[in-house]
Formats: sequence, C-alpha cells, structure tokens
Amino acid sequence: MRTIIFRFTAPYLTALMVLFSIFVLLRGHNDPGGGFIGGLIAASALAIYGIACGVGPVRRALHFHPMTISGAGLFAAVCAGIFSLFAGSGFMTGLWVFPTVFGTELALSTPLIFDIGVYLVVVGGISSIALALEERESD
Amino acid sequence: MAEIEATTGGTLALALPFIAAALAPILRRIFGAYAAWILAVAPATAFALIFTFLPTVTAGGVISFGYEWIPAFDVRFSFRIDGLASTFALLITGIGTLIVLYSGGYLASHRDQGRFFSFILMFMGSMLGLVLADDLMTLFVYWELTSITSFLLIGFDHEREKARRGAIQALAITGGGGLALLAGFILIREVAGLNSMTEILAAGDALRTSPYYLPIFVLVLCGAFTKSAQMPFHVWLPNAMEAPTPVSAYLHSATMVKAGVYLLLRTQPALGDTALWTTVLPLFGSVTLVLGALLAVRATDIKITLAYTTVASLGLLVMLIGVSTEYALVGAVLYLIAHSLFKGGLFMVAGSVDHGAHTREIDKLGGLAKHMPITFVAALLCALSMGGITPFVGFLAKEEIYHALEYGDAYHVALMAAAILGNALMFAAAFIVALKPFVGRLPETIHHPHEGSPTIWLGPLVLGVLGLLGALFYETYHQLFSVPMASSAIGAPTEIDISWVPHLNLAFALSMATIVLGIVIYLASNAIRAATSGVISAIGWGPDHGFDQAMRGLLRFSFWSTSRIQSGRLDYYMTVTVMVIIAALFVPMILGGALPVEPQMPELRFYEWIVVAVVLVGILAVVIAKNRLTAIVSLGIQGFGTALLFMLLGAPDLSFTQFMVETLSVVILALVMTRLKLSPADHRPLREKLPDAALAVAGGAGFGLFLLSIVQRPFDPVLSDFFERYSYAIAHGHNIVNVIIVDFRGVDTMGELAVVMAAGLAILALIRIRVGRKGAAQPDPTEATP
Repeated sequence: MRTIIFRFTAPYLTALMVLFSIFVLLRGHNDPGGGFIGGLIAASALAIYGIACGVGPVRRALHFHPMTISGAGLFAAVCAGIFSLFAGSGFMTGLWVFPTVFGTELALSTPLIFDIGVYLVVVGGISSIALALEERESD
Repeated sequence: MAEIEATTGGTLALALPFIAAALAPILRRIFGAYAAWILAVAPATAFALIFTFLPTVTAGGVISFGYEWIPAFDVRFSFRIDGLASTFALLITGIGTLIVLYSGGYLASHRDQGRFFSFILMFMGSMLGLVLADDLMTLFVYWELTSITSFLLIGFDHEREKARRGAIQALAITGGGGLALLAGFILIREVAGLNSMTEILAAGDALRTSPYYLPIFVLVLCGAFTKSAQMPFHVWLPNAMEAPTPVSAYLHSATMVKAGVYLLLRTQPALGDTALWTTVLPLFGSVTLVLGALLAVRATDIKITLAYTTVASLGLLVMLIGVSTEYALVGAVLYLIAHSLFKGGLFMVAGSVDHGAHTREIDKLGGLAKHMPITFVAALLCALSMGGITPFVGFLAKEEIYHALEYGDAYHVALMAAAILGNALMFAAAFIVALKPFVGRLPETIHHPHEGSPTIWLGPLVLGVLGLLGALFYETYHQLFSVPMASSAIGAPTEIDISWVPHLNLAFALSMATIVLGIVIYLASNAIRAATSGVISAIGWGPDHGFDQAMRGLLRFSFWSTSRIQSGRLDYYMTVTVMVIIAALFVPMILGGALPVEPQMPELRFYEWIVVAVVLVGILAVVIAKNRLTAIVSLGIQGFGTALLFMLLGAPDLSFTQFMVETLSVVILALVMTRLKLSPADHRPLREKLPDAALAVAGGAGFGLFLLSIVQRPFDPVLSDFFERYSYAIAHGHNIVNVIIVDFRGVDTMGELAVVMAAGLAILALIRIRVGRKGAAQPDPTEATP
C-alpha cells in the first residue's frame, strides 16, 4: 500500500480525521456523535497513517504507547465518577458548570470528562491492536 | 464511658498484631534477631488490654463493640468478649508473646526471619479476631485468615517439597472445612435470621427445633472437625510439622487447632444437647483420641509424636463437648487451658532439642540432661502436667474429666475406657518426649549438644512453671480463667472447686490406674512401636495416602477435561461459540412459543430498495468470492449497506458507529489475514465447507427471527418516554443515546471500558507471543525487511 499518492495524502487525511473525531466527541451530547464514535474515527485515522507510512511514524506521533492512552482514558472515566463523591453526591452523578468564556457559555461537566475517557480507551485499545498487527510489515 | 474504652481497647488489641506484622520486616532489617524483643511488645500489650476486661468478664459481663460493615445485608464488623473469648484471647496473646521471643532465638540466623515474624503476627491477629468475633461473617473472615496464614507458615521453607505439600494439604482441608462453615453460617442467617453469636446464644431452642438443624449441624461440624483435626481429617496436622518449630508450638498445638473446639464450645448452648450432638461428637472424639494416642507412641520423630498427641487431645476435647454435661464441659475447659500450656511448652522443648542436638529421632537421642539442664527442667514440668500428676493443671483437668464420666451406663463406660486408654498413651508419649532424650548415655552421633539462648529456654520454662502455679493457686486460676470460660460454654454461671489436693474417690483411683498403665506403655514403647508399624504397613492405606490419590485424581481430571475442551484450534472454538449462540436464540423462542409470524413486507422507497440490493450483492460476493481478501471487503460492503439503511431509517448514531466498526473490522481482518500467512483462498472441498455454511445460515436465521419476534411484540414505551423526558431536563443533553452511555448508564460503560482495555491487552499479548517465538526461532535479519 505504499503508493506515492496514498503516502502523500495520508498524513493530511489522518490530521483531518483526528480533528473531525474530536469534533464528533465534543458535539456528542446534543448531536449524533460521542466518545465511542469519535474514538473509532480516530483509531481508523491512525490505522490509515500506519498502513501508509509505517508503524514507526505513528508511534512517534502518538508519543505515548497506545495502551498508556487507553489506561489514561479509563483513569479519566473513573475519576469523573469519583469526582462526584467529593462533591457530596453519589458515584457518577453528573456535575455541571456553565462558565462564560469570551462571551460564549460553555457547558462543562463530569459526563464530558467521562466521554473523553471513553474516547481515549477506544483510540488506545484499537490502535494498539491495529499497530501491533501492522508492525510486521514495517520492522 | 465504659463502652468507649472497651471499643478503643478492644480495637487496639485486635489491630496491634497486624501493625506489628507490617513493621516486622523493617525492624528485623534494622535490629536483626533482637527485633523479637520489640515485636513481642505488640502481643504483650494486647494481652494487657484484654486483661483489663477481666473484672467485667469474671463478674459475668459481656463486652461488645463493633462497626457497621455492610448494613444492606446486616453484616457487622463486631466483637464480643465474654469468659470463653477472654481466656482464649489471653492464651493467644500470652503464648504468642513467648513464641515471638522464641522465634527470635530459634530462627536467629534465618535470612527470612522478618517475613516469618510478619506471618506469625498476622496469624496471631487472625486468631485473636476469630475468638473475639461476634458477627458470623466477621468470624468467617478471621477463620479463613487463620487457614491462609497457617498455609504460609507451614510452607515457610517453600523450597522443600514436603513443606509445600504439607501447606497445600492443610489449606485444602481446613479451607474446605471453612467453606462448609460459611454455608452453615449462611443457613443460620437465612433460616433463623440470626446474624451474630450474641443473637444465636440468646435464641435458645430456635436452632435445635429448626427443620434445618441437621444441615446446619453437619456444616458447622465440618468446619470444626477439619480445623481441629478430627479423624479422618487429622492427616494435615502431622504433615504441618514441616513448619518451623515455633509454628508447631503455636498454631498446631496451642491455638489454631483449637479454633474448631472453640466453635463447638461457643455454639454448644444453641446447637448442643441433642441426640445427634451427644452421639456424633463423642464418637468422632473418642476414635480420634485413641487412634491419635496410639500413633503418637508409634512415631519416632518427637515432633510427630507431639503432633499425634495433639490430635488425641483434640479428640478428647470434642468427646467431652459432645457429652455436654456441666462436668464434662468444665473438664473440657480445664483440659483446654492445661493443654495449651503444656503442649506449647513441649513443642518448644522439641525445638530446643533439635536446635541443640541436631536431630529429633527418638532413637538417636539421649543423655542431654547434663548439657541442657534448663530445657530438661522445662520439659519435665510440662510432661508432669501432661501426664496429669499433681500439683499441675493437667491433674485438675484429668480429675474433672473422670469425674464427668463416672456413670454406670454403657455410653459413659465406653467413653471412660477411651479416656483412660488415651490418657495412658499420652502419658507415655509425654515422657518419651520429655524424659528419653535427656537420660541415659549421650550417643556418639550428637556433637557438642548445647543449651540455646535465653529466648529459647524462656518460653517452655514459663509455660511449665505456669502449669504448676495454676494448680497451686487454683482458686485464683479458677476465678480468672476456668470459671468464666466454663460459664460461657455452659451458658449459665457455674462453680469449679477442683484443687491439686487429691481426694480418695473413684476419679483418683482411675487416675492412678492411668498412670500405672502409662508407665507400662512407656516401658514397652519400643515393642508397641514395632507392633503398630506392622499393622499400619499391613493395611497399607491411610487418609494421608487417600489425600494424595484425591489430589492426583483431581489433576488427572483437569488435564483430561482441559485437553478435551481446549483444543487450541480456532475453528473449533468458533464452531462451539456459534452453536451455543444458535441454541440460545432458538431454544427459548421455540419453547416459549415466541416464533414470529410472517412479517408484512415494508413499503420502501426505490432508493431504499437499491441499498437493500447492495447488501444482498455484498453477501453474495462474500459467498462466491474466490479470494479471502475479496470476501472480507465484500463483507464490508454489506456492512456499509446496513449502515446506510440505519441512516435512512433515522438512526444516525447507530449508522455512524456501524460505518466505523465496518471500516475497522475490514482493516483488522485484512491485517490478521496477512499476519497469519493464510493461503489467499479457501481450498477445502465442498463437503467440509457445508457444515460451516449450515451453521452460518442457522445463525443468520436465528438472529433474523429473534429480531422479528421482538419487533412484533407490543412496544413498551416506558424507557423511551423516560429518557425523552429527562435526557435534557436532568442530563443537559439532546442526544439520548450519548446521554444514556455517559450518564444514565455510566457505570455500565465504565465496566465496558475496562473490558475493552483488558481485551486489548490480551490481544496485544497474543500478538507479541507470536513475534517473540518467531524472533527466537528465526533470528534472520533478511526476514524483517519487506
């Protein structure tokens, strides 16, 4: 799969897809999307990059091992749940704040942190498998 | 005020051994073997704390304290200190202090002494919790903790196979009994609604008259008999002698093996005094007593001799608890305390002998009295108590026991005969251990026999002297220890007036007869040993051998079943999985009469028909594809078609996810295929493909029919109404699917995340294993470059 066209466009495609996946993640609470779908999009973006340019560049670009990313996601999700305990409500109770930044009201919440956790677990889990499978072709 | 003091004092006493256990390795590293002196402060303090409760307890009071644990199930972390518990707790902490000091000297040069201290202190804390526990679940947790710590201690020299075997055997037997006990406790909780010992004791006849009395009785007995080494569960106790001697002295004579006896004494007021109780317990007890004592005389290793006398003593205790008259219970209590003192002491003596003469074989020992005078004195003090000679506490116990059994009927005569025979044999065993190694000529095989350090002779000497003092000052002894303990065991206040001064009565006459018989056995011990060895080798099978056979059978069975089920072939696993899914789909549908009726064809627009056609073409392409890669991609086309249908029918989230899942599965399937180096096409003949095809059709039909039958049911809108109404109102989100995932059912998602990650790790490991093997087998660098 090392055609010059594919190899040239893949980084741009990947960047766009990752950006799109974050967009999908963040809009998820009100429109179609969310952490799971976003995570799948990002994972396929990384898989494309890996197929086009080899596993090494993907690993360098990610900086962390994909499983570390997955672990961080699980950690974030659990923290989002525990956070509510310190606020005096039950485990996993959604907490919301609506600060206004530059004139725009932002909706920040523990479910958002949780959704980011979902995103990270999915990205990390799937891309670690995909990259490990791709590895043979590049090493 | 008093309540608060009891709570802090009691909690501190319970926590101290565990705190010391945590500190032990560090202290040992800093102070070496002297750490024993620091660590002994913990049990000594616990001893003192429990001693402060004695005024309340001797006055017949009960101290209880505890914390909520699982309120939803009425499980508390609660404790109760009465006469029975306090005497046990004092024995545990008191002997425990001496044992910690003894281990300081005995294992001074062992490199893992810190770990040893840690284990034995953990055991001490567990045992203390066991006897003080009130709530049944609390008691069970401590009960199992003693099994686990005992396992660690028996297997302490884990590099020796015999030690490992002994440890596993003890854990299997006592742990199995513990599970029976758990079942018994759950039954008591469910049937009678009794959650704690306090409630059980207050319930009177509730358990005796319950229709579930028999199962409760059997299960509780299983727990007690395995822990207290009754025949035929006794096998683990002699094998537990693989442990270092301090462990044998502490766990396997003075404390842990008494846990079963404790449980029987504790539950006797509620479960005892039935025909079943007064038959089964004396039966098992007397058999254990006589056989255990015989095996004790037969053994040549003095530690094994002592182990079998412990088995016999436990049999005697169970027998007496089974008789359950007031005298019998008083006898049991007196014997229990006396036994803890003299047997703990004798075991430490055996350890000192081993330490000083480097052998424990009775044939190779002799003439040590000159070289180990203090140990000799300690040994004699303990043996005199064990032999039931006045003025020692063992004498008080034996008089009371004979007093309890002196009735004319066959039941009591039989038990009396067992008691006399057992006691005589134990008398002989006591002097085999305490006299034979010290008198006569020093064999030439022993080089430089020597007395140990003060920590080594202190323990047995103190215990021996206490056995003497207890009898001399019998009034204080009874007031502080035996009366409160016996009163709790009987369930009513009692009096004990037995003293060290012999009275001329039947019991004394029998006592004399026992001693005479004992002396005869002692003198004839070599002949008896030869005779019993002959008998045992003629039988050729015992419970110990049976245990090995059972373990081997278990291994063989698991090997057989594993090799049957785990073939290691992926196609086999897939076939089984798919077949189970098909069964799960069809069987309930057919049995429940939920097969769907013929559906109405939906009215689709023409472009929707086109998408359906794409899906069908995709499936067809999968089936007829010559090449595996084509099949995988065609499967993706089919999936994309389905995703498109979802989109057209108004489920964008589902459609999105489907698109991504299809893309990724095509990519990953293709990667796996290249990775596994499969041939590009499936070359099997048709008749081998047909079963797979049948499975595929059945699976597809199953899912199709299942979905149809769900759709044909009347739609229950409760959940969708709920989510529609509250999704934005409570959770600030318009996307119901997402709100359900991250908020309403967030805990589920959290579990799924953990699963995703665990699965990812597992797959990663699988892939890595292949890489590693290949790398090891073919370190050819050319293979790496594509």
